[in-house]
Amino acid sequence: MSSRYDRAITVFSPDGHLFQVEYALEAVRKGTTAIGVRGTDSLVLCVEKKSTAKLQEPRTVRKICKLDSHILLAFAGLTADARVLVNKARIECQSYRLTVEDAPSVDYVTRHIAGIQQRYTQSGGVRPFGISTLIVGFDLDGTPRLFQTDPSGTFSEWKAAAIGRNSKTVSEFLEKKYPEFVEENKQVKETGRASVVSGEGGDETEEITTEDHVVKFAVRALLEVVESSAKNIEIAVMKAGQEMKLLEEEEIAKAVASVEAEKKAAEEARKPPAARADPGGAAGSSQPPTTSGQ
Amino acid sequence: MDSIIAVVGDGFVVSAADCTNARSIVVMKEDVDKVMELDHHKLLSMAGEPGDVVQFTEYIQKNVHLYELRTGIPMSTTAVASFTRNELAKSIRKNPYSVNLLLAGYDPKTGPELYYLDYLGTLTKMPYAAQGYCSYFVLATLDRYYRSSMSLDEALDVMRKAIQEVKVRFLINQPKFTIKVVDVNGTRTLESF
Repeated sequence: MSSRYDRAITVFSPDGHLFQVEYALEAVRKGTTAIGVRGTDSLVLCVEKKSTAKLQEPRTVRKICKLDSHILLAFAGLTADARVLVNKARIECQSYRLTVEDAPSVDYVTRHIAGIQQRYTQSGGVRPFGISTLIVGFDLDGTPRLFQTDPSGTFSEWKAAAIGRNSKTVSEFLEKKYPEFVEENKQVKETGRASVVSGEGGDETEEITTEDHVVKFAVRALLEVVESSAKNIEIAVMKAGQEMKLLEEEEIAKAVASVEAEKKAAEEARKPPAARADPGGAAGSSQPPTTSGQ
Repeated sequence: MDSIIAVVGDGFVVSAADCTNARSIVVMKEDVDKVMELDHHKLLSMAGEPGDVVQFTEYIQKNVHLYELRTGIPMSTTAVASFTRNELAKSIRKNPYSVNLLLAGYDPKTGPELYYLDYLGTLTKMPYAAQGYCSYFVLATLDRYYRSSMSLDEALDVMRKAIQEVKVRFLINQPKFTIKVVDVNGTRTLESF
């Protein structure tokens, strides 16, 4: 009787595709967006929160999971599949600590999760997990690490990554802006200040911590594809040697507001001088561009 | 041969354990830490077979941590005591662990608690307790001097009397004792005496 469930579900197509795995990736593409960014000494996971129903307890609808005291995971795709995989990973972390008496490295945990995902593409009677994961954490020597896995079981390390809905758009943004961001983050680490885009176009800097700087960058990336509201966003920040911090709604709202303000100011700065709105006047006046200063 | 003693005070529990590892006529180590920090608000003092003791208590520690990661809530002292006793009870008829424990914890809801567990799967909550040969001497001292809701200084005084009894009357030489306290602020180590 059980022999009927021994046959593999994931088999090759004539042209070398594993369609089940590709369909699983489709499921991932339908999931809410998750972004991970690696700064010089901090890591940020920024995820789009599916709006919780009014009667739901928000505490139980979390997309960022703690795997161990120093490792976090965010996912995109089927929540139930994620729950199972996260549970397996948590057990493995404690098992590693029991036998090796050391915290597992982010690489080890990622390898373990990816290994499980791959096994489910090559076993009888099972289907692949419908999730991609972003795994962040600090190694024993304090280096921040960000890894990504997907339903096929492949994994790789990233400086910044996005999964889920509109991940392509976000990835493009991250690719474009990451080099400049990482330079600035190094500066922030040394000076404690970062430049701020303001309407006056002057050389303004603000006092900011490296973690907050990474948070702002991650939020900027997420706002490319998500409606800007603190209720839609969940952010977790990790700094070496510290417990992870899930930002409160007010902190998220503050970051979103500051990013929105900078975006607006940058847009204003880009407009030709004559078409710029008067300070205090109506923004976005639809004056036709004048011939001067073009 | 391990000497483990614990006393509940006003908002805290103080745990003491000797630091000697000896076998037959040889003393192997004088700096063993027999009071494990199970989590930020629990101390597990262990006595018994050297290998079993470490294997069993580390296994408990990792499972307690796993529970906290899975649920986001730390286990209560009572829950840890029940879980540990259950593991001991399972093991006695299958794969016996020769381990005797004193679990001291601080719960914000119930305050300081002390549990006595032995290798058979016994579990009982006590205001003061001891494991090992030292209990023959120390329980009498504690019976005489213990009062409920003592301050830390008073409790340490009682502890000092108990340890002194061990040093004077117990055949095995145990010069050093680890003293740890768990209270609302978590666990901390005090100067040994």
